[in-house]
Amino acid sequence: MDMKANKKKLGLKEKYAHMTRGLDWQTTYQPMDKVFPQATFEGIKIHDWEKWEDPFRLTMDAYWKYQAEKERKLYAVLDAFAQNNGHLGITDARYLNAVKLFLTGISPLEYVAHRGFAAAGRNFPGVGPRVACLMQSIDEIRHAQTQIHALSNYNKFYEGFHAGAAHQIERIWYLSVPKSFFDDAFSAGPFEWMIAIGFSFEYVLTNLLFVPFMSGAAYNGDMATVTFGFSAQSDEARHMTLGLECIKFMLEQDPDNLPIVQKWIDKWAWRGIRVLTLVGMMMDYMLPKRVMSWKEAWEIYFEQNGGALFNDLAKYGIKVPDCITQCTVDKEHISHQAWCTFYQYAHASAFHTWLPNAEEMDWLSAKYPNTFDKYYRPRYEQWREMADKGERFYNNTLPMLCQVCQIPMVFTEPDDPSKICYRESDYQGEKYHTCSDGCKHIFDDEPEKYIQAWLPVHQIYQGNCWPEGTDPTAEGFDPMAKVLEWYHIENGKDNLDYEGSGDQANFAAWRGAATQNT
Amino acid sequence: MQIDLRTVAIKPLRHTFDHLVERFGDKPASRYQEGSYNIQQEHIFHYRPTWDADRVLFDKKRTKIQMKDWYALKDPRQYYYGAYTIARARQQDAAESSFEMIEDRGLAELIPADLKQIALDVLVPMRHVEWGGNMGNSYITAYGYGTVITQPCLYHAMDHLGVAQYLTRIGLVLDGPDALDAAKDAWMSGALWQPMRRHVENMLVLDDWFEIFVAQNLVLEGLLNPMLYDYLDAEFSAKGGTAISMMTRFMAEWSTETAKWIDAQIKTAAAESPENKEQLGAWVKHYRSATREALAPIARRAFGDQADDVLADLVSEFNARCAKLGLAV
Repeated sequence: MDMKANKKKLGLKEKYAHMTRGLDWQTTYQPMDKVFPQATFEGIKIHDWEKWEDPFRLTMDAYWKYQAEKERKLYAVLDAFAQNNGHLGITDARYLNAVKLFLTGISPLEYVAHRGFAAAGRNFPGVGPRVACLMQSIDEIRHAQTQIHALSNYNKFYEGFHAGAAHQIERIWYLSVPKSFFDDAFSAGPFEWMIAIGFSFEYVLTNLLFVPFMSGAAYNGDMATVTFGFSAQSDEARHMTLGLECIKFMLEQDPDNLPIVQKWIDKWAWRGIRVLTLVGMMMDYMLPKRVMSWKEAWEIYFEQNGGALFNDLAKYGIKVPDCITQCTVDKEHISHQAWCTFYQYAHASAFHTWLPNAEEMDWLSAKYPNTFDKYYRPRYEQWREMADKGERFYNNTLPMLCQVCQIPMVFTEPDDPSKICYRESDYQGEKYHTCSDGCKHIFDDEPEKYIQAWLPVHQIYQGNCWPEGTDPTAEGFDPMAKVLEWYHIENGKDNLDYEGSGDQANFAAWRGAATQNT
Repeated sequence: MQIDLRTVAIKPLRHTFDHLVERFGDKPASRYQEGSYNIQQEHIFHYRPTWDADRVLFDKKRTKIQMKDWYALKDPRQYYYGAYTIARARQQDAAESSFEMIEDRGLAELIPADLKQIALDVLVPMRHVEWGGNMGNSYITAYGYGTVITQPCLYHAMDHLGVAQYLTRIGLVLDGPDALDAAKDAWMSGALWQPMRRHVENMLVLDDWFEIFVAQNLVLEGLLNPMLYDYLDAEFSAKGGTAISMMTRFMAEWSTETAKWIDAQIKTAAAESPENKEQLGAWVKHYRSATREALAPIARRAFGDQADDVLADLVSEFNARCAKLGLAV
């Protein structure tokens, strides 16, 4: 039958092209700018959406098939983990404090990414990027949910997880750092969102955020988290590709896009690097079995890999953000400055803290030969001495926060590690404080946005952080106790030192019961 | 017979997260519950959206429908990502084997020419309608309120893309890539499709996300899907076009399944308050007549002089469905 001659099977690429080709159209009954109201207000000019090269080329049937396969495997492992007391296989229950930080600080971001990519997947007037964004949107809800499911078992046995993945990120002081990053991106337009999340967060910073947490899990026997990590790896690879594709597309479409894109890269690189402070602290202080130091990770994943990326983007006229110069100084300090802060505010944190022991301090000295012994070891030794005398140091005043990154003002001047760095801007007769030149620059460019920041410390002082119905005039009113209640931090259980905590005692008893006969 | 393995039992400190304890009591929660309830932030947002400066990022005021508890709009299928993808993977597996069989054995060649032409004229341009359904549901995911409804809307958006791709494949099987160009031409300028394209474009500019849910998911799909995957499918099967039925099997199953979810949303929202009920009823009436008008020429192409009867049946079945959901329409 010769009629079948032209019915040769289509190749994957060809098949994909047909599957999305021409699905969209130029609307005529309604104007395009009403159908896509967010397409132009940021000033990015796109002339031909057809030039978008779809990096995924996934049809829905293939997507369902591959992803379902991964889900089946992941949940089989999670079930086995729960059934067999997998939580007793971790190096030490102290490790779980890193996981608490992940559940309360990162999982909620996956959720916001899901909503934000759905918006991008609605708002771009081109079918290629829309489909790619929607695939990322659905991946992101996968990540939020699989993380919650993976960590749900820990919640059953350990403190500090019970508030779940959304309650605390809206409220707790240090969680406003990652939250404000995503709020900032989602409240911007779709193109800036793509640079902020698609490019900066997913492409430039994934290796410094997702990878350290997952490697930390692998090094510390956390089968639940690391299985999630492996399962999400191929999704993450797709997301990185989308971020890069998107930035190249904007740059190729019109030369006028370059200064806008450059401004966003500068902003979001610095915003992202500030968020990574929490990751640096986790790597250097919170893992019983360490993967590598923050400084090493920065050098490998940012200075080397990121350097290659910016070389690649140089042909479009993109320059390495100015803030990077400061990062080469900061990489020796930020993790220590952050941990020192959390140690002082352990009563107001949803995880435990501790002082590094002698072996850990030696590791830190070796990894940070220029700074640790000189600036940070003496501090820890002093605090150790005080704790031994029963005078464990807590800082009972609240710190001033940076108006942009919302981290307490604890970072030091780039040229003087003994002096706290403050920057100040005036706007409409008010003074606003930032922690660095990078944050000040961001503030000054969009003051009308950053003056809106919901700064947790200001809000506590204004009396906005108590449970509904609280009467601050009642006798014996304890404002911090009420703040903790509002945070869903159980005082004495979720916070304070790891040493002497319920987690420590339970883990020892349970592991004993599982490995001994007495 | 039963055997019991002995394990080291540790009494847990708690069974689930605070917000689920508050909602359902301290007992083990399902994966659907853990992955859906209260995972959207609610109260505190740092910056007003540049694209909607009068509201916050996740805002209850983006629709006229109001709920005391937005988490009442739960999904009876209890789809979280894993449950959803696994369900669709099973369905796509069945669909794939149908397409393979048709392609391998050249079954499309056996379809009578008049039926094949109906499929090309009616089913293939419908891929653009599906793309509109994708856009409406991704809008709801972005701007709706409460994960129990925004989440299944993304699944629904992806399903619409999947259906658009199955319709594309039907075009490719029946007439190769030319079928897609012909369908696009018909969609853009053919008289048959202009009322539908106008209707779809009108839905693309709606602001109220629940209105989109009603217009697209309840009304358009409530009339269109049974017309294509029930009435027209019966015609195909009866007249020797079984191969076409095989290729629309996914859609038939999918529209039955998703209708149950859509019904649950409407029923719950309508039962919430007389205001909701009235608003939903008003939307249904408005979009029912708009949809009917848009479907009329397509029904004539599909059913010839039976078209009016088919449409009347569809509308009366749809009205009965709405009545069951508590709407006065």
